[in-house]
Amino acid sequence: MTDNDQMVAKVSRRSVLKGSALSLGGLFISAWLPPMVGRSFAAGTVATARLGDNAAPGFGAYVKVARDGRVTVISPKIEMGQGVQTAIGMMVAEELEVPLSQVSIEEAPPNGALYTDTLLQFQATGGSTSTRFTWEPLRRAGATARILLVQAAALRWKVAPSECRALSGQVLGPDGQHADYGDLVDAASLLPIPNDVALKPVADFKLLGTPAQRLDTPNKVNGSAQFTIDLKIPDMLIASSLTCPVYGGKLKSVKDEVARKIQGVRDVVRLDNAVAVTATNFWACQQALKALEVEWDFGPHASVDSAQLDNALLDASIRDGVFAKQTGDIAAAIKSAPNHFEAVYQQPFLSHSPLEPMSCVAHVRPDMCELWVGCQAPIFAQMGAAKISGMPMEKVVVHNQLIGGSFGRRLESDFIFQAVDIARQVSYPIKLIWSREEDMTHDKYRPHYVDRLNAALDKDLRPLGWEHRIVGASIVASYLGQLPESGVDGDAVEVAIEPVYALESLQVRYIRQDPGAIPVSWWRGVGPLRSTFPIECFIDELARNAKADPVEYRLGLMQEQPRAQAVLRKVAELAGWKEALPAGQGRGVAVSAVFGSFVATVIELEMQGEKGIRIKRLTSVVDCGFVNNPTSVASQMEGGTLFGLSAALFNEILVEKGQVVQRNFNAYRQIRMSDAPAVHVHVMPSIESPGGIGETGVVPAAAALVNALHVACGVRERRLPLSRFGYFTV
Amino acid sequence: MQTLLINGQDHAVDVADDMPLLWVLRDVLGMTGTKYGCGIAQCGVCTVHLDGQATRSCVLPVSAVAGRKVTTIEAMAESPVGQQVQKAWLEHEVAQCGYCQPGQIMSAVALLQAHPDANDEQITTAMAGNLCRCATYTRIRAAIKSVSRA
Repeated sequence: MTDNDQMVAKVSRRSVLKGSALSLGGLFISAWLPPMVGRSFAAGTVATARLGDNAAPGFGAYVKVARDGRVTVISPKIEMGQGVQTAIGMMVAEELEVPLSQVSIEEAPPNGALYTDTLLQFQATGGSTSTRFTWEPLRRAGATARILLVQAAALRWKVAPSECRALSGQVLGPDGQHADYGDLVDAASLLPIPNDVALKPVADFKLLGTPAQRLDTPNKVNGSAQFTIDLKIPDMLIASSLTCPVYGGKLKSVKDEVARKIQGVRDVVRLDNAVAVTATNFWACQQALKALEVEWDFGPHASVDSAQLDNALLDASIRDGVFAKQTGDIAAAIKSAPNHFEAVYQQPFLSHSPLEPMSCVAHVRPDMCELWVGCQAPIFAQMGAAKISGMPMEKVVVHNQLIGGSFGRRLESDFIFQAVDIARQVSYPIKLIWSREEDMTHDKYRPHYVDRLNAALDKDLRPLGWEHRIVGASIVASYLGQLPESGVDGDAVEVAIEPVYALESLQVRYIRQDPGAIPVSWWRGVGPLRSTFPIECFIDELARNAKADPVEYRLGLMQEQPRAQAVLRKVAELAGWKEALPAGQGRGVAVSAVFGSFVATVIELEMQGEKGIRIKRLTSVVDCGFVNNPTSVASQMEGGTLFGLSAALFNEILVEKGQVVQRNFNAYRQIRMSDAPAVHVHVMPSIESPGGIGETGVVPAAAALVNALHVACGVRERRLPLSRFGYFTV
Repeated sequence: MQTLLINGQDHAVDVADDMPLLWVLRDVLGMTGTKYGCGIAQCGVCTVHLDGQATRSCVLPVSAVAGRKVTTIEAMAESPVGQQVQKAWLEHEVAQCGYCQPGQIMSAVALLQAHPDANDEQITTAMAGNLCRCATYTRIRAAIKSVSRA
């Protein structure tokens, strides 16, 4: 059970991820023009009459134009490095005809009625949906505000609106008149909202499609950017905690006499499964936590270790599970085909480990619970905080903050709930900061998975179809409390049920096997990463077995996928795919269609000794539809690719006696400057609707690496990470 | 009471001798540009300059700083190399989440102050102690190279 149960009815990750076609009706018209809220609501009432009941609630949700002409965009998406707020600012600036420098971004408060992402079906940042979701409503909001300002100017000058135009924060009239937006907002706020707002055609874009400077980066290079961990509010103390090292365990007893004497320490707070210390500084908290004598009840998982969990997963792979996809008759095909090939792939538990550890500022007062926290799902944070603090939802205020890395971690609210639980027991606001050790050992981990693929092959060793058994925890069930009636976790089987390859028969089974002893959650790349790894390794094995070129072999099965074909051809061209390599070197490729985008990556590597890997060249091509900001897209691809490689090379969370073994970056190694190859990214020009980009680069990296390794040293690894088998980077 | 010389200014602090400089900066003096990431000198987000050398402040007891010159990200705009590096960081649009970037910039500035003509190998060595989970390494390297006279 989770605190998110109430949302189950509304949310289905499956439909989220299916939804690359946008179903946006411009429901949330959102030009909020001063002078006052009351008046704006009056205008909203007019809009309601003209647009139907959906218009009013969203009125003013996205764009505000102030009397000084300053434009504020209320972003329904949180900035965690992906550049989304700049992209959203650009969308509004483009249609509103203001320079990007005139735009400020404000974080949206939790409000499902206003900020629900129609792809995710709740208010959250994730699943590479941000640009896809905001693309239409945010441009529409900007255009609506522009039209109202132009109309206000036209009325003032007694000319037709069609004779006026908006440019750079001003309206220009036919006879040389001009007025700043700020001078027009009062009049504009009295006008009825237009209901047929035309958006600019791509050909007219001036800002969108250009490499605009990000709005958030100037403060990130001078140390002034404030993340949650940096915040300070009056009378606040620092808090830090120890949570039971075994998931599901409880606090039994604490002796705190020594801890309380440490300089700066104020309180020791007992929670159900944790103990916290408050103090004037984090160091004192850590010293005090060390000085506590804590007795835990480790609970039911105290004897679990990784081998047990791995065996349970492998055992589960022969269960029937439920069908996620059935096309053709795979059983008959395997029986009658001249050849077949089977392989099993394994992926490990992973931690998110963003560099800003979990942090939350919380103040619980008799009449209110106030939170300052960078979170991806503010609505869930608000719901849980209400429950813990005993306040009604409307008394819980969430101020969302800049995020110092997340990779999915901050879709979860466990640390926020812990902060509220501490704060409700003290009379002052607290800033809870988890130590790195607590962060890494109390993550909600990317689950481990087993994929079993069995292909029916024709006489030329080309696949007629395959059976794909996907075994692993259900993140959907963990996040939302239950699975849909079908029992299929739509995230786990995504991509697998619609591979880029045309197969006469395809059968995908989902076999749910929750680890129990380890909590699980979304991890950057989500289902598409999970499924692309085994599929792209498997197709590569099939190609090699057929003694075919892996690029040509793939292309031969991709007749119905022109955009995927195009990125694959392009990456082959740019990576010098046809050029011969000396012995001990190899190139590997992977391709996938994910988050409404298409991506292909080639990795070229060289073996040094038996296990040393030097990545020489890394080329990635993406078609993510129309590119809002080419710099941001290239950055996301570069970083995403290396993020995927880092995990594939080094990362695996292990468990002993129910406790996570890896506690810090010395045991959970990350790719560094010394082993990071330069990433060459090519972005395909396109005028298609934008696809996702925040997770796209991550998806093909691991498969391309493993496929290259096979060429270079002849060994086919089917389990990640490679460090498990002694490989290292040089 | 101990007096610390930080960014050219004296600060009197009353803290335990073994308290790492990082927490004095962040929680006592309110200078939050220097970040916490691991506490064991593995990630580099806490990097400051101690007499011009890039140093991990999370494992540096405040008692070891006595009589030495501490420089933090907050003072980088006042240093000529610091300015160049910050400008290069923006021109190359290095930052994503940005949390590690103050530490990256402190390491890069220390490198370029000592070696204005830093080459690829020196960049690799100097920057290997700074993690970036967004993996912006391609752009970090390009930005440093644009400032280097090599």
